[in-house]
Amino acid sequence: MSLLPLFRHFLTRSKPTTAIPVIRTFKTLTPLFLSSPPFKPISNSITQASSRVAENGLILNKDERVGSGSNRPDPDVNSSGTIAAIVTSMGGQASAVGIVRLSGPSAVNIAARVFRPLKKRKRKNFCWQPTSHVVEYGVVCDSHGNVVDEVLAIPMLAPRSYTKEDVVELQCHGNDVCLQRVLRVCLEAGAKLAEPGEFTLRAFLNGRLDLSQAEDVGKLVSAKSVAAADAALAGIQGGFSSLVKSLRTQCIELLTEIEARLDFDDEMPPLDMDLILSKIRAMSHDVESAMETANYDKFLQSGLQIAIIGRPNVGKSSLLNSWSKSERAIVTDIAGTTRDVVEANVTVQGIPVTLLDTAGIRETNDIVEKIGVERSEAVAMGADVVIMTVSAIDGWTNEDSKLLDRIKRTKAASGSPVILVINKIDQAPSARLEFVNTTDESFDKHIYTCAITGHGISDLEAAILELVGLQNIPAGGRKWAVNQRQCEQLVRTKEALTRLRASIDDDLPFDFWTIDLRDAALALGQISGEDISEEVLTNIFGKFCIGK
Amino acid sequence: MAAAAVSFLHFTRIPRHFSIIPFLRPPRSPSLRFRRSCKPRLCFNFFRADSRRHFSVVPSSSSDWNNHVAAGDETYDVIVVGGGHAGCEAALASARLGAKTLLLTLNIDRIAWQPCNPAVGGPAKSQLVHEVDALGGEIGKMADRCYLQKRVLNVSRGPAVRALRAQTDKREYAIEMKKIVESTPNLSIREAMVTDLLLGTNDDVKGVHTFFGMNFYSNSVVLTTGTFMSGKVWVGRTSMPAGRAGESASHGLTENLQSLGFETDRLKTGTPARVDSRTVDYSLLEPQHGDEEVHWFSFDPTYHIEREQMCCYLTRTTQVTHQLIKDNLHETPTYGGWVEAKGPRYCPSIEDKIVRFQDKDSHQIFLEPEGRSVPELYVQGFSTGLPERLQLPLLRTLPGLENCSMLRPAYAVEYDYLPAHQCSRSLMTKKIQGLFFSGQINGTTGYEEAAAQGIISGINAARHSDGKPLIVLERESSYIGTLIDDLVTKDLREPYRMLTSRSEYRLILRSDNADSRLTPLGHEIGLVDDKRWTAYQEKQARISQEKKRLKSVRVTSEELVNEVTLLSGQPVKDHSTLEGLLKKPHIEYKLFDKHGLGNDDLSRTEKECIEIDIKYEGLIARQHSQLQQMVHRQHKPLPADLDYYSMKTLSHEAREKLSKVRPQTIGQASRVGGVSPADITALLIVLESNRRKAQELKRHEILASVIADSS
Repeated sequence: MSLLPLFRHFLTRSKPTTAIPVIRTFKTLTPLFLSSPPFKPISNSITQASSRVAENGLILNKDERVGSGSNRPDPDVNSSGTIAAIVTSMGGQASAVGIVRLSGPSAVNIAARVFRPLKKRKRKNFCWQPTSHVVEYGVVCDSHGNVVDEVLAIPMLAPRSYTKEDVVELQCHGNDVCLQRVLRVCLEAGAKLAEPGEFTLRAFLNGRLDLSQAEDVGKLVSAKSVAAADAALAGIQGGFSSLVKSLRTQCIELLTEIEARLDFDDEMPPLDMDLILSKIRAMSHDVESAMETANYDKFLQSGLQIAIIGRPNVGKSSLLNSWSKSERAIVTDIAGTTRDVVEANVTVQGIPVTLLDTAGIRETNDIVEKIGVERSEAVAMGADVVIMTVSAIDGWTNEDSKLLDRIKRTKAASGSPVILVINKIDQAPSARLEFVNTTDESFDKHIYTCAITGHGISDLEAAILELVGLQNIPAGGRKWAVNQRQCEQLVRTKEALTRLRASIDDDLPFDFWTIDLRDAALALGQISGEDISEEVLTNIFGKFCIGK
Repeated sequence: MAAAAVSFLHFTRIPRHFSIIPFLRPPRSPSLRFRRSCKPRLCFNFFRADSRRHFSVVPSSSSDWNNHVAAGDETYDVIVVGGGHAGCEAALASARLGAKTLLLTLNIDRIAWQPCNPAVGGPAKSQLVHEVDALGGEIGKMADRCYLQKRVLNVSRGPAVRALRAQTDKREYAIEMKKIVESTPNLSIREAMVTDLLLGTNDDVKGVHTFFGMNFYSNSVVLTTGTFMSGKVWVGRTSMPAGRAGESASHGLTENLQSLGFETDRLKTGTPARVDSRTVDYSLLEPQHGDEEVHWFSFDPTYHIEREQMCCYLTRTTQVTHQLIKDNLHETPTYGGWVEAKGPRYCPSIEDKIVRFQDKDSHQIFLEPEGRSVPELYVQGFSTGLPERLQLPLLRTLPGLENCSMLRPAYAVEYDYLPAHQCSRSLMTKKIQGLFFSGQINGTTGYEEAAAQGIISGINAARHSDGKPLIVLERESSYIGTLIDDLVTKDLREPYRMLTSRSEYRLILRSDNADSRLTPLGHEIGLVDDKRWTAYQEKQARISQEKKRLKSVRVTSEELVNEVTLLSGQPVKDHSTLEGLLKKPHIEYKLFDKHGLGNDDLSRTEKECIEIDIKYEGLIARQHSQLQQMVHRQHKPLPADLDYYSMKTLSHEAREKLSKVRPQTIGQASRVGGVSPADITALLIVLESNRRKAQELKRHEILASVIADSS
């Protein structure tokens, strides 16, 4: 089952509303939708189709659906009605099957209006009454009875569906035109076009997913690499959620222990200090290890940018080609061949990496090359890792030193690690390599490579992973990762636990411990979205024999 | 018949409170009194215009004043129904604010009675008492006056949870409170059973009607009916209608409130047996003495008069106790299955303790004296639903009580309460203007909780009758605010008791700073008199001066340095200030006194305040900033007209509860019982999408008009 919500509608859906004020200057509607300059078409067909649909939602629908009397669609129906969208990817090559999903209280009714099961076609006025999770074969017809497409209908009735509402999925032919027509028929039959991510939003609101799981669905859908998808999937299945839950439970248990003694002083045995301290230590440890995955997540989501810089003709482009196993960059013996930034994508341990080959940096009067050099420096500035390449044949030159100075300046600003790559190692006399030791402290790592043979590339990859702090990620192992929002709360949890330990060390009375424990529990609760105060009380009465 | 006499009564009453000559009240049709009384609106407008309080008698719009049907009726500013701990505080606060107040009670001799444990204070409850006192209430002074024993609990557990508890003399307490109530100007007392409310035409209260046919008029009515509304007392399987053992219940008011559209429900609570102190063998029991250094509830030092203390004793349940209960479980209401309602969790019956915590082979039982002149002993921790014939054998299983005689059996009481979501945070009901609920009628238990609500409703009742805006204490301001916020938002399933853990930001809600939190408010509204206000200001001045001094004085005494190093286990830097020393662990102000560096002009409590302020400065500041963040988030207002039922993304329970409670802020909404954080997220999303929709509609209208203009 595809989890893909209509993220791609985001641009097309949001632009018309923001663009409306523009109309005042145009004084008429048509130019906006014909020219549509702010649209960045991801896929041409869907952009236009859905902009039409969105437009319908704004102006035409009230006449068609709500009837002539009412002048405004009922906001209630809008906010919780039945939504529909194409949930498989669009705009690329045609695939064999595409899916239109309906979700909401009248999903079945709407489906019944458009779907004709073939085996019972003879009976007139037949009302489709699906059995949950049983596939039916039939056709989708428009309001005039014309067959639009041949489909499989998969009803998933509440609550056994992704959104916990009634869901009907129509498997159509995977052609954009077919899908568009089926969707249009559904919308005409009373469905509302889903907002981007609305299926997942509903799943969250209906309690099917908690907040972190819902976020993971988003990640899974937009995952760029297998490892990212694995991490997101592990998140949905509750790896991270269950860790957070268990940490939070521990916090609340400690709170329970302490607060019970505050309210029922004379009825409780004294606190077991050693047990509490060891619990706190264990919790801090868990939080820290969860935080370690935060970096991983950041790179999984956004990828890693690596800039390859160096003097002209040291083999930067060859390195890029060899690494990406492509002929992406033009390679010649002429210095200054690469004049613009060339990109290539590779995957390192599941992390998407963008390699940026740059123009060789040197003083030049060539106007085009000059711009190229400026761009190289800008790229180096923004990259997560900078690879400075030198040629083993030439050894360390004055230009290299100058370049190094410039990098050091930018590095001071950005703080990203710099790796020295000594290329063309196969052709170099070893005497030429003594410089490596003298420049050692300027670089975080140095690697010998031969771009032609691919020698040293794997060392380079390992070095990069180590520098960005990902060396511990198990290759291919499914492991959840923590996103920025979650990381912030984990940091808060960790700080609270640190303060708690400080409070205990300082011999502060134990009411003060509850402040930090509460803070930690609140932070953890924010990750999954829960509140604590009543829980502590319920626990106190459940666990202890107290009260007079 | 008694028109003349009654008029006379009016006239004699008036000069005591007011200087303006009274008018007569209008004629009234008896058929109206049960539902809505119609008073000429004009009169009120007339008197509202006057800056002075309007008076005891409403002017007549009719001339035939001999023709009164209800000539015995009287008019007040505020009527308080019930003379318990809520009623007394409410009546006193109202009268002290200058409102002509009538206190109606079923039995004047039982004013401020302590039907359960004769004790005031304890964790969280003591904060309530300090706060009520800081506002100008009475309960703290009463407890200071009538204590038998005082102890500070949680001494070593942090300044926020330190709690004073006093055993009080139950009889003395009632007598003393009665004296105060009787001698307070503007306050009249009358025995009466109120059966109906009198309403105006505008869903506003106009007075009360009593069982014997009297009408009393006022614009504010405070109901503090305790356990009396349709009260029913149970011993074992046997029950009788009663508000407390031996006192008749009040009937009719519940039905009247129901007919006005109020939702009522039942709660149950109980009290253990009392034994004759003279039949107890104390020789083997562990005594619990009071503190040598007595602490006080009241901030007013004129009430700090030490008295001789009495001793409490500790005994334990035995194997025989447990066996006796296990053999007779079928005789208890819960396990016998004839009462479904569960008692409060913090006050479990002895059979509950034994059934639920099988692994404990013994439970603590406290024996507490109920007075200096009575032999009754309160058996703390031993409440039971067993029939009376089993209660004495059960008591006699306790060490020391082998030969005891029982004076009163343990009993449970069932009563009507009104789920407090029907009140706003001023404790005025949402349905009927001028009607206030306080105390057990709101589902609470405890004298302190009752007093806390009482003072707020008394203040607000007086302000309402005077046309002033009502006062609301925010949750974060005080335990009183926390209590009321909980009451009006949360779902009660058991009588509500204040607990330390209910207060999220308790480090700033300490008992030592209750006066600096609330006395300025008390003074502003007029409940704290000038004398006390001056004393308060002087105290604050002394404290801040001393803090300055501690900041500036550097340590020179080597002796002190050595002792500090020894006590705290931390080195002392050269030129440390006294303030710096006080911040170290285990260093108390007393140490300065010992070395002659203290300030002899300060009282012990003032020194404690200084010590807490300095020692925990950083933590207190941090909690303040946490609070600020939280307030910023939670005080986001909710539109009053939200249609929760239309929000299909909310759970059914949340829709129902939010529609019922109608919270004023997001924070309050999140505390409504049955509303999950996911519901709050959904609610925020709905609000945001409503906002966007409204925006879009606006844009659309602009667009339409632009198109219309251009065509």
